[in-house]
Amino acid sequence: MTHVELLIIGAGPAGLQAALSALEAGAHVTLIERSHVLGGQLSKQTHKFFGSQKQHASKRGIHIMTLLIDALKPYQDRLTIHLETHVVSFYHDYVVGCSQGDRYFKLHAKAIIVATGASEKALPFENNDLPGVYAAGAVQTLMNQYGVKPGHKVLMVGSGNIGLIVSYQLLQAGIEVVALVEAAAQISGYLVHASKLRRLGVPILTKTSIKGAQGEHSVTSATLWDVDDAWQGIPGSEQTVEVDTICISVGLSPLSDLLAQAGAKVTYINELGGFVPWVNQDYETTIPRVFACGDVTGIEEASSAMVEGQMVGLLAANQLGHVPEDLPTRIDALKAELKTLRMGPHAKKLRLGYAKMEGHHV
Amino acid sequence: MRIEHHPILTFSKKEPITFLYEGKPVQGFEGDTIASALHAAGVKALSQSIHLKRPRGFYCAIGNCASCNMVVNGIPNTRTCITPLKEGMVITHQTNLGVLYDPR
Ligand SMILES: Cc1cc2nc3c(=O)[nH]c(=O)nc-3n(C[C@H](O)[C@H](O)[C@H](O)COP(=O)(O)OP(=O)(O)OC[C@H]3O[C@@H](n4cnc5c(N)ncnc54)[C@H](O)[C@@H]3O)c2cc1C
Ligand code: FES
Repeated sequence: MTHVELLIIGAGPAGLQAALSALEAGAHVTLIERSHVLGGQLSKQTHKFFGSQKQHASKRGIHIMTLLIDALKPYQDRLTIHLETHVVSFYHDYVVGCSQGDRYFKLHAKAIIVATGASEKALPFENNDLPGVYAAGAVQTLMNQYGVKPGHKVLMVGSGNIGLIVSYQLLQAGIEVVALVEAAAQISGYLVHASKLRRLGVPILTKTSIKGAQGEHSVTSATLWDVDDAWQGIPGSEQTVEVDTICISVGLSPLSDLLAQAGAKVTYINELGGFVPWVNQDYETTIPRVFACGDVTGIEEASSAMVEGQMVGLLAANQLGHVPEDLPTRIDALKAELKTLRMGPHAKKLRLGYAKMEGHHV
Repeated sequence: MRIEHHPILTFSKKEPITFLYEGKPVQGFEGDTIASALHAAGVKALSQSIHLKRPRGFYCAIGNCASCNMVVNGIPNTRTCITPLKEGMVITHQTNLGVLYDPR
């Protein structure tokens, strides 16, 4: 078994930023990422980000990712990165098990930061397992990272920012978006994104949902129907649309299973996306020296994931004896920044969610 | 199924990579994952449901859901959505749970 100082699981914006802060403070960092590239969700975000100026708003996600990765370069002597390595177990005694191709190995760490992000939810409907039914973010990955079209005619289910943005990016790739459906009476993402789609002629159908998909080997059509205020389908209102791809964009769930395995307290908070680790105001879980940051602590945005990452990077380094300069002032400033990011009307749900987490004072 | 024109991204021509899919040679490109190369080649069904043997395509594309599991160079349960494509890879469909093997 190898002993390391600070172990970070997940190299999205939260994990990369945590690594950077901890390295700047003087820590030795081991970063583990199951994908073959660093960046997490950022590696496919071609649109200009919203969020705060300090957190690179108005830059494209892929450029923010490059900035973060470049910033790590001066610290190569204290940074070990394992790509294509999946953390599959997390024991009580600060030991994690890693699966890397044919190999399984264990690492022991003095402190651990979990920045595993989130996974996209599925939606129950008839034939929802047919090839052609994909998570919207997965289609975004296929197009923007690998340059491959998912299909020719797409139905988008869900009008949050992901659904709206991926619809627009489908059009950019030359793919037809037949319709975007939303069960609620109003779209849930930003109006600017929705207006762009409307201008380009994509029908946005509210109070509408998907009833089922059809096709033998893969999707050839989808049945839509109107839904009532309780989101129940109204028989007789069915219509069929010819599509070969159905994108599901109905939210994400935090990937907190490793923390649950380690014995940290994990609680279901609907407003935060699902099961989230119980963290204190310093984002330390109920296990000392085990921190969590980013989407795993509640579905939010890259901007807040980076602020949380900076915070836990500094705090973890500090606990390991690498005392960062002006620590209290910097932590206060980061907490204030998080508060600002969570102020708008769109963050109402988040605020409700965090309020349920007693002891979380951010 | 490849994107040719894009307002923001440029997909420059990359080195071709040839691999075997169900015994037949298929071409992908440098930078592809196995799943992206197969999808570009028109293969959407990657795995099968365990009991009813229904076809399954990828779902999450981030290595989290196992919907893209295939047998790669004899190794079952390989998540093809996050496994980079390499020259000469032998890729077949998986029809069972996959059998534990000893790489030594
Ligand atoms: C379409 C879309 C548009 C968005 N637009 C914006 C925007 O405009 N502005 C904004 O601020 N935010 C935006 N976001 C949100 C933002 O991308 C996420 O909030 C952010 O990426 C979360 O960062 P993270 O580091 O917590 O998680 P992720 O980016 O998900 O990274 C987690 C990483 O952990 C790895 N991992 C997970 N489990 C393991 C394991 N067991 N072992 C090893 N590695 C593991 C994953 O592979 C991944 O790389 C958008 C998201 C999407 C999908
Ligand atoms: S598609 Fe989910 S693991 Fe590959």
